Amino acid sequence: MTSKPVHKKTYALLGSMVFFSSLGNVLLGKGMKQIGEIVDFSPAALAAVFVKTFTNGSIWLGISSLLVFFVSYLLVLSWADFSYVQPASAIGYALVAVLGYFMLGEFISPTRWTGVLLICAGVALVGSTEPASPSGRGRREASGGEGHNFASPETLTLPSPRGRG
Amino acid sequence: MRIVLFIVIVVLGGTAGDIAVSHAMKRIGNIHPLTPAAIFRVLARAFRMGWIWIGIGLMAIGFFSLLALLSWADVSVVVPVTALSYVTGAFGAKFLLHEHVAPVRWAGVLLVCLGVALISVS
Repeated sequence: MTSKPVHKKTYALLGSMVFFSSLGNVLLGKGMKQIGEIVDFSPAALAAVFVKTFTNGSIWLGISSLLVFFVSYLLVLSWADFSYVQPASAIGYALVAVLGYFMLGEFISPTRWTGVLLICAGVALVGSTEPASPSGRGRREASGGEGHNFASPETLTLPSPRGRG
Repeated sequence: MRIVLFIVIVVLGGTAGDIAVSHAMKRIGNIHPLTPAAIFRVLARAFRMGWIWIGIGLMAIGFFSLLALLSWADVSVVVPVTALSYVTGAFGAKFLLHEHVAPVRWAGVLLVCLGVALISVS
């Protein structure tokens, strides 16, 4: 069984997804605040905003963070179930709320705390299942054709890249 | 009515995008070991696959529909409702990706969906 290494790399990439998506959103928000509210929608004004946006350091750092997030997302999906990755990554919502409370002293309403608790409980339940379900794992095995009911635009069969033990 | 239509586009567009991208990555298969060279090779292969671009296109449709929606609808209504994508995602995983979604995982998905909705109401 390869469950141990699978868990480790799954958690590492989920962590990377959560961290870089939050960081990216914060940086984009910071950059757009520096640019200021868009009030003039004439082509010339919009062009000026466009130039300001793409010469802003925070914006580029934000875009880079979101790219790292997307790459982590793609990589983890190559072995883990989508039905595992999607709910598990929701822990980010809870983390942001808790960090906001402890680090920025933000007020969190009882409704929000309830949400945080529900997310944590949900992620714990999802996390107690195997990241890659048996049918999901048969993804590239020669016998496991069941996972390929899509009419795929790719006609070539890609060589199997791994020798899983 | 327009709000409902756009919420449907946001939720289904986003979910369909995720499913398409997930389908592409499943076809590539488990990356082992996870070295920088292997990551680079896998990404190069992934971005030559049609499903990745279909997925990114669908995600973009979902994202821009959300932006449009937020420009006239209430954030406190729209954002909680988009938590439904956790449920549509699990259905997509089961019926399109043929993943085994165990009852425990379903329970987790429902709790997460409720939690995200609650967090974004307030």
